[in-house]
Amino acid sequence: MNTTDQLVLMANQIARNLAIHGDDTATAETAAHIKAFWDPYMLRQIAPMLAAGGNGLSPVARAALERLCIA
Amino acid sequence: MIFQPQTDHGTPASTAAEMVTVFIDGRSMRVPAGTSVMRAASENGTSIPKLCATDSLESFGSCRLCLVEIDGVRGTPASCTTPVAEGMVVHTQTPHLQILRKGVMELYISDHPLDCLTCPANGDCELQDQAGAVGLREVRYGAGETHLGQAKDTSNPYFDFDPSKCIACSRCVRACDEVQGTFALTIAGRGFESKVSAGLASEDFFGSECVSCGACVQACPTATLVEKAVVEIGTPERAVVTTCAYCGVGCTFRAEMRGEQLVRMVPWKDGKANHGHSCVKGRFAWGYATHRERITKPMIRAHIDQPWREVSWDEALAHTVAEFARIGAKYGKHALGGITSSRCTNEETFLVQKLVRAGFGNNNVDTCARVCHSPTGYGLKTTFGTSAGTQDFDSVMAADVILVIGANPTDGHPVFASRIKKRLRQGAKLIVIDPRRIDLVRMPHIEAAQHLPLRPGTNVAVLTAMAHVIVTEGLADEEFVRARCDWDEFADWAAFVADPKRSPEATEMLTRVPAADLRAAARLFATGGNGAIYYGLGVTEHSQGSSTVMAIANLAMATGNIGRPGVGVNPLRGQNNVQGACDMGSFPHELSGYRHISDAGARSLFEADWGVRLDPEPGLRIPNMLDAAVDGVFKGLYVQGEDILQSDPNTRHVAAGLAAMECVVVHDLFLNETANYAHVFLPGSTFLEKNGTFTNAERRIQPVRKVMTPLSGLEDWQVTQGLANAMGLDWHYTHPGEIMDEIARLTPSFAGVSFARLDAAGSLQWPVDAAHPDGSPIMHIDGFVRGRGKFVITDYVPTDEKTGPRFPLLLTTGRILSQYNVGAQTRRTENSRWHSEDLLEIHPIDAEDRGLKNHDWARLVSRSGETALRITITDRVAPGVVYTTFHHPATQANVITTEFSDWATNCPEYKVTAVQVTPSNGPSDWQQRYQAQSDRARRVDPVPAE
Repeated sequence: MNTTDQLVLMANQIARNLAIHGDDTATAETAAHIKAFWDPYMLRQIAPMLAAGGNGLSPVARAALERLCIA
Repeated sequence: MIFQPQTDHGTPASTAAEMVTVFIDGRSMRVPAGTSVMRAASENGTSIPKLCATDSLESFGSCRLCLVEIDGVRGTPASCTTPVAEGMVVHTQTPHLQILRKGVMELYISDHPLDCLTCPANGDCELQDQAGAVGLREVRYGAGETHLGQAKDTSNPYFDFDPSKCIACSRCVRACDEVQGTFALTIAGRGFESKVSAGLASEDFFGSECVSCGACVQACPTATLVEKAVVEIGTPERAVVTTCAYCGVGCTFRAEMRGEQLVRMVPWKDGKANHGHSCVKGRFAWGYATHRERITKPMIRAHIDQPWREVSWDEALAHTVAEFARIGAKYGKHALGGITSSRCTNEETFLVQKLVRAGFGNNNVDTCARVCHSPTGYGLKTTFGTSAGTQDFDSVMAADVILVIGANPTDGHPVFASRIKKRLRQGAKLIVIDPRRIDLVRMPHIEAAQHLPLRPGTNVAVLTAMAHVIVTEGLADEEFVRARCDWDEFADWAAFVADPKRSPEATEMLTRVPAADLRAAARLFATGGNGAIYYGLGVTEHSQGSSTVMAIANLAMATGNIGRPGVGVNPLRGQNNVQGACDMGSFPHELSGYRHISDAGARSLFEADWGVRLDPEPGLRIPNMLDAAVDGVFKGLYVQGEDILQSDPNTRHVAAGLAAMECVVVHDLFLNETANYAHVFLPGSTFLEKNGTFTNAERRIQPVRKVMTPLSGLEDWQVTQGLANAMGLDWHYTHPGEIMDEIARLTPSFAGVSFARLDAAGSLQWPVDAAHPDGSPIMHIDGFVRGRGKFVITDYVPTDEKTGPRFPLLLTTGRILSQYNVGAQTRRTENSRWHSEDLLEIHPIDAEDRGLKNHDWARLVSRSGETALRITITDRVAPGVVYTTFHHPATQANVITTEFSDWATNCPEYKVTAVQVTPSNGPSDWQQRYQAQSDRARRVDPVPAE
């Protein structure tokens, strides 16, 4: 598994564990979690695939990452 | 400290609050009611002769040596079994008593070898001392039948048993029962035939159920049970109190020395974590400190295919710094990182993270807690507001219901397990949630009220089902919740857990826990009085490790089991300083005291103190460092006291990451597995060779004291300081106490800690601050650190690791009593006689399906890799589950484990791996290749003759 795939797995896993709170809250909490714990390098690594559509990311994970990468 | 045995008051201290006045030998004294006459006298300077009494054991009254006279009392009662009474007048030395005692002692000595001058206990023998104390000058009894000349039992690698010297005082038997709780020893036979026995007559000590905790040896008043080291070296001449470097219990010991040679480690009776008890590791398994495989000179090499070359410290440090500078210039400062160790002291750990943040200029620092208790930090900080357990160990003695989940204390934390067992023998109830039938489930005088043998990976579902029962049956402590927690969050959580789809019945198919048993466990926990939860890596090392920690916290809050003795949430930390390593800012996202690196206020404190600007963004965690290395952007790593190649998951990926780096610096005692990929080896110092502090699982900061000169010449903190200064950082600590002063200056929960205070108090439990000047044995007494306790909804999310036709079994891993983690220390001791290889536990049905017989070689395969090891067939594991340990590099159990990890912290999912097991005829090709590569990697160029 390459690093991008690993990061997709991690982002989706965070989103799944927060999904019980509903999409809006889960998106906000997923973004906050990634912001708090991910090195910026990890965001830079995932940014290209996100820009390419984020194929493989769950909707919540994608929305959360878009907030961080675009911001 | 000059050597002398610790004072023995003969019987345990009374805990009664009421005081009484007694008169002993004409002196009045006030002592707590219930104190024995023997102890009252001893505490006030009068030593009554004794043999069967020792203050770690309840009084026994068998030796008849401690007789006294009491005004108004007929006869000569035993002072050990006679409690004081108000106004009691006691005489400890009269002509009549002298005659009686001399007669008793004469009988003992008539059946005892008179070889004092050549006896290993010469000078440290209570029988010898008491013979002198009672004035025995002759033995009138002539030849007759005696117990002399019996064969010694030397089967145990650490102590001998010489029955010829035994006086049948039963102290060893009682120590095994009362202190250790193993009940391995007994007095076999009756009358003259009475003798200490380790089980059946055919069994020796090594083959018996004895766990070699050393309690019997410590209790023995003669040389009947004596350490082999004392036999070989002689009695010690000085003692230094220090802290064990094995598990997170943090036992304190007297390191008893002769010159710079360690003679024995004797548990310190005043140690607040262990109260004078020990296990086979701390008590005996310290021989690794002087093992011939210790590396004591720095070494470097240009490439990992080359042999090592010994160099001076100056050359090694200069080479390292030059390499790191080259990498920084070529790849950028974020290409470097460091890993701290839970085996090292707080001071050493603090310096490594400081080196990374202030020297490397990034936050790429992580610690081995990443792979064990990082979910504890996340979960307890989220729910309670602080990343630590809530209780001291003594709290268990007030527990009425003890819930053990995902932990195996009798193997992993044996000294604390003895306290648990003691409390259970007093009547507390036990609930065990574990896929395996761990020893605590059923052992002498203990049986769990409920054992819930859940399917690995379903912790959250089980805990939520327990919460369902508690909420739907009206068993929650709403008064506590309203007073202490956020009510709205509780209401949301209660509605969540009350959903019928989370009931025990609805989840039984998933968890494999019978609903009726789960309901019974939930009711017992909620209604049984003080409920205390103890957990280990069976909680944290899952894809939902953090969720499980929060589910545990929810359960404790919902039942009001927080904030007083006997209750609480208690992570059992695996290594000696897991708590401390986390406290010291070892994680890439936070500074010491768990303050996020993005917190400008906290950051500015460090910036002002250190004179540098700190990166406000989190750094890389260990798995992310390895990913980045494989990506070609992470190139240099300083690893202190950690063997990531053996301990971290998915070994091949770890190896690929290390191989991709240009400068790996391993700072350790031995050429460990990670060192196979290292370019610089910096020899480390053992816990016996340095000063500092460890913080145990109950937040207890305890001194580590240097008892011998470091074999390499430097303590580890000095090496890190050397690196820092070679980088131009201008550090000038002269003692670890100065590092602790800096920690205290920068870390609010350590504000009141100093080496002087630790020396005076013995230990301090953080927080130690203005509000808690003497520390905090129990947390969250009047309120949670975060304010109101936070209920977090923990939805069960199944792991992505699935069984299927190719991998139909679930592998879970753990450790065993005699070995410790990756075995770097214990494998280099006689402990390996109990466990010389990792074995795969498999249920009889699964073994039979595969045509496997006991001790056959088996191939263990997952989607990550394969290895081979021998099997042991047992119904301790359920059908469909297999289990092994990870102590031996030859097995490489982590070749099997996967990259899946906890969603919040990336703690690896060691406890759930889908595998297949098939017959094999020996080690796999990979194991053989690995061994060959490992041997090549450890070559050291011979030093040229001068």
